Amino acid sequence: MITAGIDLGARTVKAVIMDGTKILSKAITITGFEQKQSAEEALNNALKTAGISRKDIEYLVATGTGRKVCLEPPISANREVTEVIADAAGAVFVHPATRTVIDVGAEEGRAARVDEKGSVKDFVINERCAAGAGTFVEAMARALEVRVEDMGPLALKSTRSIPMNAQCTVFAESEVVTLIHEQTPKEDIAKAIVDSMAARIGSMVRRVGIEKDVVLIGGVAKNIGFVEALKRELATDIVVPPDPEFVGALGAALIAARKE
Amino acid sequence: MVRKDVPEYPTEPLKCWDEAKALRRKYYEDYLTAKEKGGIRWAGGAWSFSAIPEGLGDDVYCITSEPYGATIAFFKEFAMKCQEATEAAGYARDLCAYMRNYWGSELRDEYILADGRIVKGFPLPDFIWQDHICCSHAKWYQVVREIAKKKHGKDIPMYCIDVSVGPHIPRLHDELTDWRLEYVTKQLLDGIEWLEKVTGRRFDDKRMIDAIYNEMRSTSLWAEICTLNANVPAPLDEKTMYSLYVLGTLMKHKKECVEFYEKLLAEVKDRVRRGIAACKHERCRIITDTQPPWGFLSIFRYLEREYGCVSVGSLYTFGLIGMWEVKEDGTLGPKTVPPKSALKDRETAVRMYAEWMLNKPEWPHFFNPRVKSDLLIKIAKQWKLDGVALHYNRGCEGLSVHITQNRLDLLRAGIPVMVFEGNMGDEREFDMPRTLARFDMFMESLGLSKIKKE
Repeated sequence: MITAGIDLGARTVKAVIMDGTKILSKAITITGFEQKQSAEEALNNALKTAGISRKDIEYLVATGTGRKVCLEPPISANREVTEVIADAAGAVFVHPATRTVIDVGAEEGRAARVDEKGSVKDFVINERCAAGAGTFVEAMARALEVRVEDMGPLALKSTRSIPMNAQCTVFAESEVVTLIHEQTPKEDIAKAIVDSMAARIGSMVRRVGIEKDVVLIGGVAKNIGFVEALKRELATDIVVPPDPEFVGALGAALIAARKE
Repeated sequence: MVRKDVPEYPTEPLKCWDEAKALRRKYYEDYLTAKEKGGIRWAGGAWSFSAIPEGLGDDVYCITSEPYGATIAFFKEFAMKCQEATEAAGYARDLCAYMRNYWGSELRDEYILADGRIVKGFPLPDFIWQDHICCSHAKWYQVVREIAKKKHGKDIPMYCIDVSVGPHIPRLHDELTDWRLEYVTKQLLDGIEWLEKVTGRRFDDKRMIDAIYNEMRSTSLWAEICTLNANVPAPLDEKTMYSLYVLGTLMKHKKECVEFYEKLLAEVKDRVRRGIAACKHERCRIITDTQPPWGFLSIFRYLEREYGCVSVGSLYTFGLIGMWEVKEDGTLGPKTVPPKSALKDRETAVRMYAEWMLNKPEWPHFFNPRVKSDLLIKIAKQWKLDGVALHYNRGCEGLSVHITQNRLDLLRAGIPVMVFEGNMGDEREFDMPRTLARFDMFMESLGLSKIKKE
């Protein structure tokens, strides 16, 4: 049975096509303003890579903040599921020992405690502010005038620990500017930024309780500086699966196979 | 256990709905027109010992402040104007949202009626009769006085009763001692003399005793009505209950309130007998906590419509006005009303009234999070809940205190919990789409998916 999952996030759209439990293809595009077009583009790219057409997909499930758009044409998803449910299913599939899944995306951080079947036992989401999420890293990278993908490796070069009190993007940027004026090396500032994010996400994760194995997914999981900071913050090992930003879409595709 | 199938229960509107609305409308109008009737006005909280000023006569009208603040919140445009007026006057945005709404209404010199009509001229009270347990209660009226003095040159006398004597829920958490009860009783007795002095009226003990007895009956009746919601399907949903319990927050000491709750009890019993449901497709039962975001009550209808999830109440809806006791079998039930003959004289009646009020389930949790957790766990079991939705209510620090601990205690007891952040009275601090998304996640984590539409 061929299924598909689409995760329409705040920053990117991810599409995954599966045949049973075998992943046929993945695709990612920038979400932008035209969400439907972006979702269609991601799905078409995934279909092209898999060498199949839309009619070959028996069941399609949408997730992510913009998932409702996918219920309408041209995507016409069969159903929607929320992010925590998709994350849980995807994380347990890629790493069966997952008991805590942390998803840090562009505008939201969330964590869930899950059982061996991928069912959610408890979950928590950050409140309205996007501080501590991917958008925060982008804003800080702009302030530091480095590419966002360089932030993680840059942070790893630092051996200093500079506390950043601000949990708010606006105030944090102001602190970063102060540090720049004080001639603080960029790597130290980058580390201060990922440390402050880890403190915020860590505090959220503790609310659901940390049960091993802890799996980190979402686009921010590709920031190795943040991953190391979160390991220190939670004092535990963290598993980052390959292509962590696709795990939500993968979970949606797996849920699609249930045809509920 | 949530039901995966979609049951179909019979539903019908409440017969006494219109009467509840009419009573509430009249209450707001009576306060406004008190002077035309030669009467006097007082102001105080919904938790105040409202039966006592009844001893001053049958032309004494009150406005209780929290329901008034909630009414403002429901009318979002007026609420915003009130909040802006309060902020312009220099008061911080993180204070009690009801209080800010109330102050804003006074500052703008405008009064909103229950149906949303706004009239010019805020009806100032002749005296303030308040009690103090939450961090804002006494301060609230201190500022009301300051505004009245500044804007109208009126000096409003104020009396405030300290009720912070520890939890008093027999068989669960009870720290009430004779001398603690005496402390509250003495303040009330002194208060009666104060009322005579500031109004120049002679106090009628018999009128007060009648009012105390009315209050004991109405608050016990409301608890009994709430116990009926333990039935499956629930005969009432929480959004509807807000329009019914509000009478207890406004006029719990009035005969009209007793009579209405007697009528409502009979109707709800009849609904249970005939299997009439509040939610047609009830398949999941939750409770919420603290005041809801009043401008966004459609959340409840969303849950009912999309998931068949009914909120059967909350400690807040049950216990803000309802008076409860832990029965011998450990269940929660309505507090037993003493015979009227026991309220034989001023001192005895006031002492019994003090004990009655100190039993209020919404008070003990100010002292110890365990009290509230134990009550929530009892409710979860007795009302057959599938989960609890806790509101981190930025608008009420008082009732939000300890919520994170309550969450942990519920989870340890095996009860699924979700939290959402908002504000009961300030819409700027509430994000409806994200809150609904959060409820979607909770519903899915309970194993529910949306009910398929025809």
